[in-house]
Amino acid sequence: MNEGTSKEAATYTPFHPRWYRPHVSVYWWLGEWHYLKFILRELSSVFVAVFVIETLFMLSSLRDGPEAYAYFQQVMRNPLLIVLNIVSFLFVVLHTITWFNLAPSAMPVRMGGKRVPGALIAAPSYVAWVIVSGFVCWLLLR
Amino acid sequence: MTKPSNEAFFWMLFSAGGVVAAMLIPVQLFLFFIAIPLGWLPTPSYEFLLSLVRMPLVRIYLFVLCSLPLFHWAHRFRYTLYDGLKVKHLTGLIFVLCYGGAVLGTAVAAYLLWTI
Repeated sequence: MNEGTSKEAATYTPFHPRWYRPHVSVYWWLGEWHYLKFILRELSSVFVAVFVIETLFMLSSLRDGPEAYAYFQQVMRNPLLIVLNIVSFLFVVLHTITWFNLAPSAMPVRMGGKRVPGALIAAPSYVAWVIVSGFVCWLLLR
Repeated sequence: MTKPSNEAFFWMLFSAGGVVAAMLIPVQLFLFFIAIPLGWLPTPSYEFLLSLVRMPLVRIYLFVLCSLPLFHWAHRFRYTLYDGLKVKHLTGLIFVLCYGGAVLGTAVAAYLLWTI
């Protein structure tokens, strides 16, 4: 075929594939419970960090002497801090539950060719949690 | 061959910190920052708490309690910023701030527990 004549006959646009890139909103995690749960779980790490900072302040006050320690205890009675710490507690418990429940997915155990139910793998973590928490309480309150 | 990455190392820190945070932070937080400030439990005396914190095993316990969860935070928070807020272009800066914070917190914990 003669190239010259075909160019005149039809108008081409060069083949140019468009990327399929749908626009994702910054708020993509709102509106779908699974996504929201994921973001809340990830945000629990912020409250983990808040807890560590508070603990470091407590250690610092212990190091500085009885007056600093008394002042620290007084600051912690601030209602705003108590509300923050209650919210932190809820987030940290969310972290604990999601973390323990992840174990069966992270390391599926098979026995006799069958998969061991997830609850059986997660259960020892919860038992250990109760024992460890009880021990910390005993150490402080004995 | 793909380039070897440090991802596994950071993931190990994340994972270890996740276990420590899951096991220990709820009870620690409830006792010290909710129950004691609200007066549900008596405030431990300065002498008692100091002698407790000065026990070698408790020092190690507190160091682990402060350090590893910070690396757990660094990992989660940096991915939350990348994906949640879609700020992938600031990857390097976020990495430095998150892990820098974790290293700084670890250093402060080590210093306090060493000199307490």
